[in-house]
Amino acid sequence: MEKHITTPLTDEAIKGLRAGDEVRITGVIYTARDAAHKKLCELLAAGQALPFDPAGQIIYYTGPTPAPPGRPIGSCGPTTSYRMDKYTPALLAAGIKGLIGKGRRGQAVLDAIRERTCVYFSAEGGCGALLANYVKSCRVVAFPELGTEAVHRLEVENFPVSVFCDCLGEIYSPYL
Amino acid sequence: MSVREMDARRLTDAVAKLYVQACLVLPEPVKAKLYAFGNPYIIENFERNGIIPLCQDTGMAAVYLEVGQDVHLTGDIPAAVDEGVRRAVKEGYLRSSIVADPLRRQNTGDNTPALLYTDLVPGDRVKVTVVPRGFGCENKARVAMLAPADGVEGVKAFVLETAKLAVPDACPPVSIGVGLGGSFDRAAYLAKKATLRDGPNPDPYYAQLESALYEQTKKFSFGVHILAAPTHIAGLPCAVSIGCHSLRYASEEL
Repeated sequence: MEKHITTPLTDEAIKGLRAGDEVRITGVIYTARDAAHKKLCELLAAGQALPFDPAGQIIYYTGPTPAPPGRPIGSCGPTTSYRMDKYTPALLAAGIKGLIGKGRRGQAVLDAIRERTCVYFSAEGGCGALLANYVKSCRVVAFPELGTEAVHRLEVENFPVSVFCDCLGEIYSPYL
Repeated sequence: MSVREMDARRLTDAVAKLYVQACLVLPEPVKAKLYAFGNPYIIENFERNGIIPLCQDTGMAAVYLEVGQDVHLTGDIPAAVDEGVRRAVKEGYLRSSIVADPLRRQNTGDNTPALLYTDLVPGDRVKVTVVPRGFGCENKARVAMLAPADGVEGVKAFVLETAKLAVPDACPPVSIGVGLGGSFDRAAYLAKKATLRDGPNPDPYYAQLESALYEQTKKFSFGVHILAAPTHIAGLPCAVSIGCHSLRYASEEL
């Protein structure tokens, strides 16, 4: 059965999700991948505010292709998550509640997800053309100099994901 | 013996066209294997082809030139290939994913340079093949310098271990390419080429090994292909390259 959630996420909504659940997300999500994670964590380490309010928000690990004329975004599937592992606990401590990517996470990330009542979703890897259809708008909100790696604010509607790691620390993947 | 003259700008045109085509439309043999695998998201993704790239990671552009030895290319060949990449990225709305230096990491802004490979072959044609390989799967490749005593069992164990480490991080189902023999670098080159093959190895010994490895990986793979080469008495180089389900390539003969 598909579950529907909206952003920002509440603890109550997160507690209703279990590993393996098919979920549709509606609302605002923020993109960040390798280079943006480095910069976001440098801001946190310097005691500065993030360029968006992280409370309850979802970070989507993607670097979209440029939007062709008449479309809000280009191809925008998930990139591999483990490369962000080094930075993730600090972002969860700052208030981020959800993560979307693909593939396994390290133990420190899984522990932080459980301890802070967060959730890690998996989007279908390599399906960026399909996933672009669920994005209604896209604008850069930080680090424009990073190009595709800038932080983009996406409005999504019924964006399809599945729960890879729930707030109990349980994980599910059809390929594991 | 006459030599055919060819302006390197023809390479620019070919690379520009083939790179966009490869990013937007999967080759028919790959589609057939993905229909057989049956993941509905993946099928819907490639059926919506020709509009935006199938995957946001439009890769490093690996460009393979098989240059006939009776062709004389005039102009700057690497520059002509890079110009083709630049044009494809602009006209096809592809992603700029290349940094100029691995540690200082400044994006080049136009996805250049290409990874250029050239082979000399008989004849007076030039075959251009563009392979946009994303790094979700590229990061999962491994090389082992096995000992001759490790034999076929050592090869099997290394291939299976690498394949299991690759999923689900790389995008399954994957094409598993195995390069055996040669040297450290040749094995890796062969492994990547092997991911693009269709049909069993013509040598029945290797066809049987492919089939045995496929049996053990078919939950997350749509093919295992092996390319083997002569090697040294002291070595058994074994490389494994992973191709994601967006197994993209396009070729043209000039």
